[in-house]
This record gives sequence, C-alpha cells and structure tokens, in this order.
Amino acid sequence: MLRFSDKPAVNTAVNLVAVAVMMFAFVFVVMVPLYNVLCDALGINGKPSGQSYTAVAAKVDESRTVTIQFIASNNEGMPWEFAPTTTMMEVHPGAVNGTVFQARNPMPHAMVGQAIPSISPARAAPYFHKTECFCFNQQPLDGESAAELPLQFIVDQDLPRDIGTITLSYTIFDVTDMAGAAVATR
Amino acid sequence: MGDHHHGPAKGLGRWLFTTNHKDIGTMYLWFSFCMFILGGTFAMIIRAELFQPGMQLVDPEFFNQMTTLHGLVMVFGAIMPSFVGLANWMIPMMIGAPDMALPRMNNWSFWILPPTFLLLASTLFMEGGAPQAGWTFYAPLSTTYAGPSVTYFIFCIHVLGLSSIMGSINIIATVMNMRAPGMTYMKMPLFVWTWLITAFLLVAVMPVLAGAVTMMLMDVHFGTSFFSAAGGGDPVLFQHVFWFFGHPEVYIIILPAFGVVSQIIPAFSRKPLFGYDSMVYATASIAFLSFIVWAHHMYTVGMPVSGELFFMYATMLIAVPTGVKVFNWVTTMWRGAMTFETPMLFCIGFLVLFTIGGFTGLMLSIAPADFQYHDSYFVVAHFHYVMVAGAVFSMTAAVYYWLPKWCGRMYNETMGKTHFWISFIGFNLTFFPQHFVGLAGMPRRIPDYALQFADFNMMSSIGAFIYGASQILWLYNVIATIVAGEKISDEKVWDGAEGLEWTIPTPAPYHTFETPPKIDPAHAHS
Amino acid sequence: MVFKAKRLGMLALGPVLLLMSVFAMAAGGEVSEVNMSPGVTEVGQKIYDLHMIILGISTLIGIVVFGVMFYSIYYHRKSRGVTPATFHESTKVEIAWTVVPFFILLGMAVPATTTLLEIYDNDNAELDVVVTGYQWKWKYEYLNENGENVSFFSNLRTPQTEIDNSEAKGEHYLLEVDEPLVLPVDTKVRFLVTANDVIHSWWVPELAVKRDAIPGFINEVWTHATEEGVYRGQCAELCGRNHGFMPIVVNVVSKDEYGQWLSAKQQEAAEIKELMAQTFTLDELMARGKAVYDTNCLACHGVNGEGGVGVAIAGSAVATGDLGQHLDIGINGVPGTAMQAFGGQLNDVDMAAVITYQRNAFGNNMGDTIQPIDVYNHKKG
Repeated sequence: MLRFSDKPAVNTAVNLVAVAVMMFAFVFVVMVPLYNVLCDALGINGKPSGQSYTAVAAKVDESRTVTIQFIASNNEGMPWEFAPTTTMMEVHPGAVNGTVFQARNPMPHAMVGQAIPSISPARAAPYFHKTECFCFNQQPLDGESAAELPLQFIVDQDLPRDIGTITLSYTIFDVTDMAGAAVATR
Repeated sequence: MGDHHHGPAKGLGRWLFTTNHKDIGTMYLWFSFCMFILGGTFAMIIRAELFQPGMQLVDPEFFNQMTTLHGLVMVFGAIMPSFVGLANWMIPMMIGAPDMALPRMNNWSFWILPPTFLLLASTLFMEGGAPQAGWTFYAPLSTTYAGPSVTYFIFCIHVLGLSSIMGSINIIATVMNMRAPGMTYMKMPLFVWTWLITAFLLVAVMPVLAGAVTMMLMDVHFGTSFFSAAGGGDPVLFQHVFWFFGHPEVYIIILPAFGVVSQIIPAFSRKPLFGYDSMVYATASIAFLSFIVWAHHMYTVGMPVSGELFFMYATMLIAVPTGVKVFNWVTTMWRGAMTFETPMLFCIGFLVLFTIGGFTGLMLSIAPADFQYHDSYFVVAHFHYVMVAGAVFSMTAAVYYWLPKWCGRMYNETMGKTHFWISFIGFNLTFFPQHFVGLAGMPRRIPDYALQFADFNMMSSIGAFIYGASQILWLYNVIATIVAGEKISDEKVWDGAEGLEWTIPTPAPYHTFETPPKIDPAHAHS
Repeated sequence: MVFKAKRLGMLALGPVLLLMSVFAMAAGGEVSEVNMSPGVTEVGQKIYDLHMIILGISTLIGIVVFGVMFYSIYYHRKSRGVTPATFHESTKVEIAWTVVPFFILLGMAVPATTTLLEIYDNDNAELDVVVTGYQWKWKYEYLNENGENVSFFSNLRTPQTEIDNSEAKGEHYLLEVDEPLVLPVDTKVRFLVTANDVIHSWWVPELAVKRDAIPGFINEVWTHATEEGVYRGQCAELCGRNHGFMPIVVNVVSKDEYGQWLSAKQQEAAEIKELMAQTFTLDELMARGKAVYDTNCLACHGVNGEGGVGVAIAGSAVATGDLGQHLDIGINGVPGTAMQAFGGQLNDVDMAAVITYQRNAFGNNMGDTIQPIDVYNHKKG
C-alpha cells in the first residue's frame, strides 16, 4: 500500500478513493470500448463491423447459395420514405453483390439521416462484408427530394454452413440536430 | 474535541456536527426507517391500484413513477442506509475500537443523504413528474424519452453513490486499522466480515453506477450517443453497465443480512456458529461470483449463445456457496438449546423465506426457462423473497437483538412476536401468489391486468396492507421501548450472546473501548 | 412452548406445500392460472419440463433442509432441558455439502444447455415476420419474396370504458387486439424483432417466445406451433405510460386458412389503393374516422378530444385551423414530443378519415372533408 500520511486509516482511505476513481474510469476506458470490440467480433446485436471491407481476390463458392433479406424501418419521428428496392436475394459466398435502397424526404426542409445496420442471425454479422454502404455516412437530403442509396456486399466463404438466411435490417434515424455537432462515441 | 470524555452535546448541534459512531448509526437507522415508510407508502399505492382489474386510483404514468420510486427509495434509502447504520453502531463495538476510523467523513456521508432524498421525492411535483423508467431505468426510456426530472435523478444517484462510497471507505479503514490487539481477521464476528466484503463491493461498483448515469447525463445534455443507435451507440450497453453494478448491488444488500443472521442464530441456539471459516470463504466467493454473472438479468436481449451459456453456468454456481451458508445455519441450530425470542423468530423467518428466494433464483438462472420467467411477476416474487424476507427481516431481527443494548431498556416481547407473525403472514400472502401470476403470464410493472390474474392480485394486495400495517406495530414497540421500556443493566442481554459488544455496560455508554479490550488469544472467534 | 414450535413449523411449511400443489395441478396439462404453460410448441414443452424438474429438485432439497430445521426447532429447544452441543465444524460434512450441490447443478446444466441450443437454432424458417414495437402497439410485417410485404398494426381493442370501470369487462380484457397476428400451424416461423422508439419485449407464453425489441437493432427468435388456437401475450419490458396496454394476440390457423387470410390481406391492400381514388361523403369519413381515432388517438388525446398526454383536440388551433398544418402533424408527427408520425402507420384512407373526424367532432365544426387523394398529394408534396 502507498503511504500518504502517518495515520494508517487515512492511507487506507486514500487508496480506496483511488480504487473508486479507477472503477469510474474503468467504465469509460474499458467497458465501453471493450463492448464495442466484442460487438464487432461476435456480432452482438447484429452489428456488422464498422469499417468498409476491402475485397480480396476470393473464390466464389458456386456450390452454395445464401438468401439475403433486406428490411428497412424508420425510427420514431423520422418522416422519410425509406425502402429497399429488392426484398430478397440469392447470393453465392465470395461474390460481390449490389442492391439499392431508396430514400425520400417528404418534408419541405433539408434533413440529415443516418442508417444503422443490423444483421440477423447475429453470428453471421462478422461474415457479412460491405464494400460500399450508405450506412458509413450521414445522408443529407434536401426538402422534397429523393436519393438512391447503393449497397455492395460480399458474404464470406467462411460463413458457417448452417446459416442459410441472413437478414440485413436498416433503421433510419433523424440526425439533423446531431449533424454538425460532434458525433461522440466511436 | 474538548469534551471527548463527556457525554453528547446538547441540542440540534449534537446531531448536525456529531462524529460519534453511535449517534451517526442512530441517525442512519431512523433515516432508513423513514425511507422504509416512504417506499412502503409507494408500495401501498401500487397494491391499491392493483387490488382489482381496471384503473381506479392513479394514472398509468403516476403508477410508473410509484414503481420507480418504490424501488429506488427501498434500495438506496431504506435497505442500504439501514445496514450502514447498523455497521456504524456495531462494528467499532465488535472489534474493540473507540469509534470509526474517519469520524468526520462519517458525518458527511450521512448528512448528504436526507437532502438528496428530499430532492428525489420532490421530482414528484415537477413538471413531467418523477422518473418513471423503473428502478433499473433502461435507456432510451430513461434518456431520450425521459422528462426533465431525469437530470435531478442523475444528480441524486451521484450523491447517493458518493455517500455509499464514503461510508464503505470508512468501514474498510476501521476494520483494517482499528481492531483491538489480538482481534485477528479470523476472529472477527461474521457481521464484521460480511460488511468488510460488502464495503469492498460498494467501492468497486458504486463508481460504475456513477459512470452509467454520467453517460446518461452526457446523452441527454451534451449530444453524445452512448446509448442511442443513431450516433453509433447501443441501448444494450446501458444494461450491461447497469447490471455490472446491479448484480453486486444485490449482494451488497444481502451480505450484511447474512452477517446479522450469523450473529443471532448462534446466540439463541446457545451454540457456536457452525463452519465459521467456510462462512467467510462462502461470503468471499459469492462476492467474487457477483462480478461475472450480471448478464443473467438480460437473457432476452439477444446475446450470442456462448454468452448465455457462460452467464448461466456462472450464475448456477452461486447456489453452491449460498447453499453452504444455509446448511451452516441449520447445523448451528442442530443440537443447540434454542429459545425463540423475536430476533430468533425473524432469523428463522429469514432462513425459510430466503431459501425459497434462493430456489427461485436458481430457477431464474436457467436461461431457457428464464425466457418464460423474465420480467414477469415471478421475478418480482423472487427478489422480494430475497430483499424483504432476506434483508428487511434480518434488519428487523438486528434491531430487536441489539436495541436493549443500545438503550438499556427491554422491548415488549409479546408485541415483538406479534409483529413477527403478522409480518410473516402478510409477507407470504403478498408475495407467494405473485409466483403463480408470474408463471401464468403476468408481466411486471403493469398498472392493470387481465381478469385471470384478479384473485391472486387481490390476495397480494391484502397481504401487502397487512405487512405494511405490521410495521407500525414495530415503530410503536421501538419508541415505547426507548421511552418507557423496562430498564435492564446486565451486560449480556441475551444469555447465549457472544462478542465484545456484550462486555460493555448496558446501555452502551457514549464512548466505548477508549482503551482497547484484551482479547483472549485462546478464545475462538465470536 | 411445544405448541408454539409446532405452529411455527406448520406455517413455514405452508409455502412448500403450496409449491407441491403447483406440481399436482401441472399434471392436467391445460393452461394453468398458477403455473407456467407448456404451450403449443416443442420448445415450450422442453422449457416447461426443465422448469418442473428444477422446481421439483428445489422442493425436495427444501423439504430436507426445512425438515432438519424443524426437527431441530422441535427437539433442540431449551425448554426441553437439553444441553447445547459445542461442535462448530466438520471438514467432511462441509466438503460434502459443497460437492454434492455442485453435481446436482451439473445435472441441471445438461438439459438446460441442450434446450438453449435448440432455441438458438433459428435456421430453416418457412416464414419470416418482422415484429416492431411502438409506444404502445405492435407492427407486424410478413416478408414476401415477390415484393409487396403484408404489414399492419395491432392495437389494444379493449375500450377505455372497460378500463375506467364504467362498463363491465369482457372475457379477454386487455388481451384483445384489433388485428391479431395470423400464423400457419406446423410451420417454423422466424420473428425479426425490433422497436421504433424505446425497448419493448415481445412475449407470448404459449409460443415460448420472449425477445427484447431494441430500437436500431434486430433480434431473432422462432416458434413452431403444433396446435391451432388463439394465444395471447403482452409487452414484457417497461416502455412508458401504456406498457400495460399493448397486448399481443396470435391466431394460429391451418395452412389453408392462413393462405386465404394472406391473400385477403393482399387484396385488402389493393382495395385500399382503389379507395384512394374514391371520394367519400362526410358521414362515411366520420364513421371510419371515429374508429381510427379510438384505436390510435384516444389514449393520448382523450375520449372527447379533451387531451391528456397529448394536447386537446376539441377546439384546438390545429384542428380548427389550416388543413395543411393539420395533415402535416398527423402524417409527420411533432418531433420531440409524444406525437408520432402516423404517415407510415395509417393508410391514406384512414388518415383522411381521422383528420376529417378531428375537424368535425368534439364540438369542432369545420365542415370540410378530406379525401384520401388529399393525403396522398400532401405526402408527395
């Protein structure tokens, strides 16, 4: 134990205060980042890895098809019309696939949206690589205008064989107020 | 202080500025009793609304405020401070110390509590009402969707945490540095041991709760997105952080209760506690396990199956040390020479009901079965068996056990026993039927329910009113004892009681053990 | 004292006896008011078995422990003149009661693990339904290979008058909805569970399904009902004011019936499209609008439009003011308040009806009729 004072009780107390401060810091410097790392690694909540994936010259596994479903939903208070153009797709692992989502801002003023992806089953998330995705960026849309949002992805050949269907869901949030202000955490 | 060897100061100043562990202990105990009554009043409102189907008395919004405040006030205002009060009174007397190690901090850690709870209660009258997201206040209901009172609530949690941490630091510093010569760790009374471990738990996890509410504060006011998916955060993260605090918190509440029961059962069995060493080890292992089981509160959030399995196995393991404790208590009674005064009755009540709560806890630990139990009244029944029959019953036992020592007057035994029986019957009538409605599918925290749950809910409400009313008898008995109880002067109030606190005069003088007592090295632990 | 000890024993044994009676009642197999239901799925049966096994083991241990305790309370009383023993430890006994429970737990862990793994096997579902929790209702969307998904909201149907006790409560008080989820029997159905605002939890005990609905994220869970019937559940996670008022009703029907229902649903969607082109009279709109109001608006705006959580509609500046603004609030909500965007929840016909209703009921008397096409045009700008 460190010594701060001649009184042993005061030393004990100071050490314990240090422990308490450390535990407070632990929440921010360990728990939060660790949780995010674990989410990426295990696909907790179906969070696909945050970064864009650089395609490697991979063999396309023609022998196998995986069904990909697309879902789009709006979070509360988000008035955009937001939908996939294709709801279901059969793909081969290793192949590069693309689809397009449509978004339309019916409001008279410009807004900023942010699509948050989530994959089900969650354990498929680490094997679902997006090479291009609108979810990487905030999406501004002028009032009463529409945009096509492209998505390109590769399903990893290492996808466990018992997974036959992957659902990719996007929830679109209104981040107009947040945009510009620093978006914290991660 | 100049008047060190004299009695207490006069007037209000005695209480405001006191650094005496007995005064502070007394204030903690009375404060926690007030909070017990306040939290109990909220419970009565809840049970009155649930007396029959339909919305009769309150609005669903107010109902949610009641469930939230009931939980917060009972956990942070009644149970935790009551055990801190008991620790203040008893730990110095049990280890032969003249006072707590840091008396001035002791005063602060108490006096920041009453204004905090006043503030928390005042949120009821604020625009938008008191917090209403449950005592577990899951985000985003407690952040994005909360009323303006959330900021005050966060402030209250911070101050309560500060108070608990200061109290715990004081207890650890006292136990580690102020033991009388010869009072080795393995000779300490079990109440001191359980509190020492509890205090370490508190120092470790209260800052985590502070971290959780700090993140909430930042999300609400400073534009961060820890718990909002929109900015890259995750509402489930809140639950992980909360329960990383919350599960150890459960043991923070129950471990001192284990300590109390381990003092009282041997006294009335007139036989030493069975398995002292294993009691200490079991307490320590429960404390350790409490850090790796938190996610069993969130089996339904959709964790990976590996996570579910890990938390399920770890949780099931807790049954082992808990079982050891129950077996030890029963074996302590075995071949003793028992009498059944009020403290012993409450301890036996504790033992039976806590064991039932332990069994339902084991059932809840089974993840697949928990998919049906989770967030139903089965859970409500389970944790009230542990919190009320566990913590509150043992606290009641402690008050009856040590009150004669504190004030030099004997309580009314008949009234005490009556209090026990009414409490015991009222408690079971309240919470046993809740197992049934929970299994039959009634979710918790609902202000109104389907017709098939009506009979058991009515039973539950009647039980709650009985249990609530019986506490008035307790209050009367305690006040009557202090004011006009039969005077006693035996150092040992109970013939089977062991420990240093029974070697000092009765009533306990304002200052005790100013010269450390001699502890017989041959004498086993007390 | 003898008498007292006996009484103590009797009372404390009460709970154990009650537990045993649960056991006895469970044998019937029907939906019980005191026990978990095995439900209508294989997984549900397994969970139920697990529940009963652990309850049984716990009860047995309880009987032994309490038996020893009450024997001791009776025989080892001071009033019987016994001399207390002095023993206070026994390594052998203490090791035994650490190790034996460990093995009992191991025995419980095995079936628990296999059941859990089965619950987590979500693959090969024949039907996918997206379940979205809203404050305070559920939305169901059937995923369909060929484009048009069937989607609808499911609201509490119990009238406010039953809740506030001014009318007798019906049989399925608080457990009835305007539009139940319809599922085919003997089919593995996968639910993709998410939420629109706060966390909810979708729980149908008899389908052995409970999964949290988390805004922004998707959770999956499945069921496989083997019996036709109506199964009822509720939201299990506190989600705000009307947490207790967002029930779930699932109709499990034969595959044929399901097929018919689905095509009817698709036809209905087509009809709505047709209705869009139609022009309604004020009376027609008012009648339809009242129904829409009662399920969607009443909880916040009150039976007579007097307000509550939401602002008053009777005499409000919006409902008696500019139509464009009124439509805008109905369709897009008011950000930052409890007023949601109903544009995605109500079809244009219902939206037109409810706006008309609000402008002409509760003493409001604007006299204007809003047609579906007006709503459509407003949405498209």
